[in-house]
Amino acid sequence: MAIKFLIALAVATSAALLAQAPKGDAKNGQKLFENYGCYQCHGHVGQGGAGARIAPKPIPWAAFSKYVRQPTDQMPPYTAKVVPDNQLADIYAYLETIPAAPPVKSVPLLNNQ
Amino acid sequence: MAKSGTSSVGRRGFIKGAAAGAAALVAKAPEALAQQAQPARGVAVPSASALAAETGDIATHVEVLTADNPGSDYMVDVLKSLGFEYIAANPGSSFRALHESIVNYGGNRAPELLTCCHEESSVAIADGYAKVEGKPMAVMAHSTVGLQHAAMAIYNSYAGRTPVFILLGNTIDAAARRPGIEWYHSAQDAAAMVRDYTKWDDLPISLTHFGESAVRAYKFATTPPGGPVVIVADSDLQETPVFDKAKLHIPKFTPASPPAGDPVAIAQVAKMLVTAENPVIMADRAVRSEPGWKSLLELAETLQAPVVSGKFPTRHPLSQGGGRLIANADLILGLEVPDLWGTINNYRDQVERSSRPLIKPGTRVISISAEDLFMKSNYQDFQRYTEVDVAIAADSEATLPSLVEACKRLITADRRRALDDRGKKLAASHLQGIEQARTQAAYAWDASPISTARLAAELWDVIKGKDWALVGGGGGGSRLWNIDTHYRVMGGGSGGGLGYSAPASVGGALAHRKHGRLCVAIQTDGDLMYAPGVLWTAAHHKIPLLSVMHNNRAYHQEVMHIQRMANRHQRGITNASIGTTITDPNIDYSTLARSLGLHGEGPISNPNDLGPALRRALATVEKGEPALVDVVTQPR
Repeated sequence: MAIKFLIALAVATSAALLAQAPKGDAKNGQKLFENYGCYQCHGHVGQGGAGARIAPKPIPWAAFSKYVRQPTDQMPPYTAKVVPDNQLADIYAYLETIPAAPPVKSVPLLNNQ
Repeated sequence: MAKSGTSSVGRRGFIKGAAAGAAALVAKAPEALAQQAQPARGVAVPSASALAAETGDIATHVEVLTADNPGSDYMVDVLKSLGFEYIAANPGSSFRALHESIVNYGGNRAPELLTCCHEESSVAIADGYAKVEGKPMAVMAHSTVGLQHAAMAIYNSYAGRTPVFILLGNTIDAAARRPGIEWYHSAQDAAAMVRDYTKWDDLPISLTHFGESAVRAYKFATTPPGGPVVIVADSDLQETPVFDKAKLHIPKFTPASPPAGDPVAIAQVAKMLVTAENPVIMADRAVRSEPGWKSLLELAETLQAPVVSGKFPTRHPLSQGGGRLIANADLILGLEVPDLWGTINNYRDQVERSSRPLIKPGTRVISISAEDLFMKSNYQDFQRYTEVDVAIAADSEATLPSLVEACKRLITADRRRALDDRGKKLAASHLQGIEQARTQAAYAWDASPISTARLAAELWDVIKGKDWALVGGGGGGSRLWNIDTHYRVMGGGSGGGLGYSAPASVGGALAHRKHGRLCVAIQTDGDLMYAPGVLWTAAHHKIPLLSVMHNNRAYHQEVMHIQRMANRHQRGITNASIGTTITDPNIDYSTLARSLGLHGEGPISNPNDLGPALRRALATVEKGEPALVDVVTQPR
């Protein structure tokens, strides 16, 4: 029983570590986001366009990095060869810094239709 | 009239020869006339006495340098009989007589000549006009080079099944051509280059032939499915005088009633629609006019079925997004959907191209489309073959009224309650969709470059109280606009050729002008730069139009394609901008617009500056002139 508990704890801890985003440089991430053309589909602040909205509040790092490397729909793959892990972490850090959109109710033009 | 040094006598030379013959007649040599000047077919030969009366006793050496009643006057009579309001053209010598007849003989009214800076603009203006007005505009194009310039726009009209009536200058008689340039601008089969993407063309060799072919072409162009037509107006035919105009007849035009669906098939479709639990209506090109708009609305309300594409009131509870509804549908009704396969399948553009159905197994698919009545082989605009359960080869707009009635007859009181329950659920879903669109629009609200949603919201704020019409662009940003009648949205180009939107918006705005509607276009930068001279045409002819630039400084679709290839090849992902972006230097569109006679604003990068700029530009448009606001935007 104790062994089973320890194994379960170890698995859970590993999963948590895997899911946690590596510390990235948001400023460099913004630069990369522009240079690598991420904004072409996702917009300069990740609001979406031809591609999905990816900010604010990007999806968890594990899902994010997995999808970027091996997308399941139309997005082209950004492999580690062209975007190393540390750079992808920087991009993710940038996305995390993008502030929330203003509440719809606070925007007169969106309430004066 | 410039002539070559040839000794032959063509139709244009006929009057000269005839005059000389008249002089000879006075000298008592009457037989010479017919032998000396043999007119081409279709030209009436004046009698010797008539010529003598006309010319009097003239010396044999006097060259006749003037001509009355050119064939081109008759051509104008034909154009007037067909009710053309306008004829768009970039000038070309192969239709110089027709041009002159329009402005002098025809008084430059109905049709009025629109001065264009490019034949591509001429045709796309006509395309936009036809989409709004529901009838063709005429276009004149110069032989060979003019038609080559026009070709892409003609293809767009063909792909969109839009009626455009093109008169093509040409000189078929090699002996009559001026040396040099007129040979470059002549072809033995001038319309051949566009035959694959026109509905019909002809080369009339007499004025009677011209009259019949022009009316026939108009009929073909306007009978659904519509399309562009070309009539070659031979320069000799234009310039040769008509001696007995009374003998020329202008054929009566009777519009053909559009093909409506077979009653048995309609009854079958009605039964399927009424019994379906989750039907979805796709109405891409179904609505051309107000009756079509009303019929589609009536069908949707009768069935309480969602409409996920095409012209439909955006604030109606049955106006819906497609994704989830298509996935859950047990019946899809496609009305004039050019790419039905593409709407019910997901296609994945990766190394291995693959697709998967977006609909459930067993979902029945119905197509009502005039596309099945007319198609050509070479250009592949017919899209992938779609497996359907019922196909009605007919015009949807003409078929809808009987389909509505057939559905109504089948709906029992119990079924009515079930349908109304479905409608209530869809109404809730509609409101949810509006809220989602509002939430989505708030993202990047204060960003610079300006988001397309912010652009659309600012523009909506200045037009919403007016009788407005969107004559170009729009995209997702305008999904919050209240589209409440059929003419609010014109629709875009169907062939995918860049350079369409700017001239089409001018043509659309021209059609709306007499109704006093405020026309706006969301204009992309790459498209405008194909032939920006169309802005001058708008200024010159005082066509009120507010063009708002969606200036993302790129051929954005192509940026994404190169990005995709670089990613696929795992190299150089920073180089996708090479050859695809329009920067260094950035183009100053407001200065460009001002240089062409428009009111220009911008470039505007700060979203807070946008509203005031739009209002300043609107003041100009409301005075009856065009204006352009350059907005530096997010990519999409």
